[in-house]
Amino acid sequence: MALLEVCGLTKSFSGVMAVQDVDFSVEPGMVFSVIGPNGAGKTTLFNLITGIYQPNRGEIRLDGEIITGLAPHHLAQKGMARTFQNLQVCMNLSALENVMLGAHLTLDRNLFKGMFHLPAVRRADESLREWARALMRFVGLEAYIARPASALPYGALKRLEIARALAAKPRILFLDEPAAGLNPKETAQIDALVKELANRQTTVVLVEHDMKMVMNISDRILVLNYGKKLIEGTAPEVRRNPDVIAAYLGKAA
Amino acid sequence: MRPHNIGLLILAGILAALPLVLPNSFYYDIVIRMAINAVVALGLNLLIGYAGQISLGHAGFFGIGAYATAILTTHFGWHPLQALLAGALGAAALAALLARPIFRLRGHYLAMATLGLGILIAMVLKNEAEYTGGPDGMAVVPMSLFGFQIDGEKQWYWFFSANLLISIWACRNLIDSPFGRALRALHGCEVAAQVAGVDVARYKAIIFVFSAFFASIMGSLTAHYVGFVTPNVADFFYSIELVTMVVVGGMASIFGSVVGAALLTALPQALATLEGWETVAFGLILMLFMVFLPSGLVPTIATRFGRRG
Repeated sequence: MALLEVCGLTKSFSGVMAVQDVDFSVEPGMVFSVIGPNGAGKTTLFNLITGIYQPNRGEIRLDGEIITGLAPHHLAQKGMARTFQNLQVCMNLSALENVMLGAHLTLDRNLFKGMFHLPAVRRADESLREWARALMRFVGLEAYIARPASALPYGALKRLEIARALAAKPRILFLDEPAAGLNPKETAQIDALVKELANRQTTVVLVEHDMKMVMNISDRILVLNYGKKLIEGTAPEVRRNPDVIAAYLGKAA
Repeated sequence: MRPHNIGLLILAGILAALPLVLPNSFYYDIVIRMAINAVVALGLNLLIGYAGQISLGHAGFFGIGAYATAILTTHFGWHPLQALLAGALGAAALAALLARPIFRLRGHYLAMATLGLGILIAMVLKNEAEYTGGPDGMAVVPMSLFGFQIDGEKQWYWFFSANLLISIWACRNLIDSPFGRALRALHGCEVAAQVAGVDVARYKAIIFVFSAFFASIMGSLTAHYVGFVTPNVADFFYSIELVTMVVVGGMASIFGSVVGAALLTALPQALATLEGWETVAFGLILMLFMVFLPSGLVPTIATRFGRRG
């Protein structure tokens, strides 16, 4: 059974159809990419699935369970994690604490237990700290483990978001343009990181502009244009499709 | 050893040594009031500094505690501990009831809603004269704990010193715990906290209720210490003073609250010699603080010496 099923998803912003009747499904362990020209509705689609926006119509199922319109913190409980194209990082926390925040739901969050510094709570937090360090090394942020988040450069913050998302041990991970705004060297690092995630059988839904990266690592690709699904298929299928070429390059006269 | 444990030890040392130099009960009283204000400011800092939410009505919760103690022990003969607990639970229940609608609001609106709440509580205390004694206030019985009666400045001094140290320790733990991390996260970036699974509205409500609970307990203890309560304890100006202590000392700084409370409690006394000009000087000093140390005393000093506050 598909892990994620999206059916007839529609969202309009004061009359403008940002996403219209989009259907697709994602199998477990797959890297599923969403591409399309600027303004095609990719990020809106992400925001609908991850509960930031409410859809006008349509249905989203995670492992068969309807999750349409649930709040982000409920979706996190169901195993969803995501990163943001425009960074969403807690600049008042340390880099490591941002990663630890990702594992929030795995911990005992009781206020009084925390206040009295109960050994069980402390030990769990210590082992999480250790694991968060390992995650920071995994995404290549070893040098920033002891730094405040506000001291990290843009490219590092992008990877910090990935580490935070991984800390939740998600069943499905949404990456919204992880390579946007990065230089070629940093893009190559992100590329390698996403590949490594794919090798580890993490289910990834990816929005990305870097075509080389997308074509390289995606099991299936969904192409959006003006909020509608243009085609869905494997990389070679998408590459050959004349509609896709027309959407990106314009139609020959 | 963690840096804040060193801070806690230093403070404990100061509190232990102070009785050697405090000349008379007048000075004891000032230090005791510093300690009381510090604990209330500490609770408020959890809400303002760490969670990033404002309350301009916290004196109201302090007043609920003070009057619950005064009324329940005097009119109904309750034991002080029972009255203290009832007041704190009452304040917490009121805060919980109001939290959901109040925390739909942000910024200025949240400030107005909590301001209104504080003023309402003060009005009830002033007008329900049958129970509260009205504007004249009422006397409060002495505090007794397990058959031992706390009496005189010295005993109260040790009591409130211990109270302060325990509160600092508890708040520090809270901030470092998973709950505290989530709280700081929703202040730093609400969306990030949400996608990590933090129920943002619930966390704001919990910390509001908790700081109201804290304030009410301190209100009860203060009522026993002073031996008398008037509606002034719930006054709007006290709410503002508490917020000022948090801001001047340093938002999101535990020792900031202590320093801010000490400063704002001592300053009016120190300026009393200015005869008539003390309010002007008081305002001027606060303005200078805000202009030159906008992030608060303790955080500014901590950054200057390269350490976290």
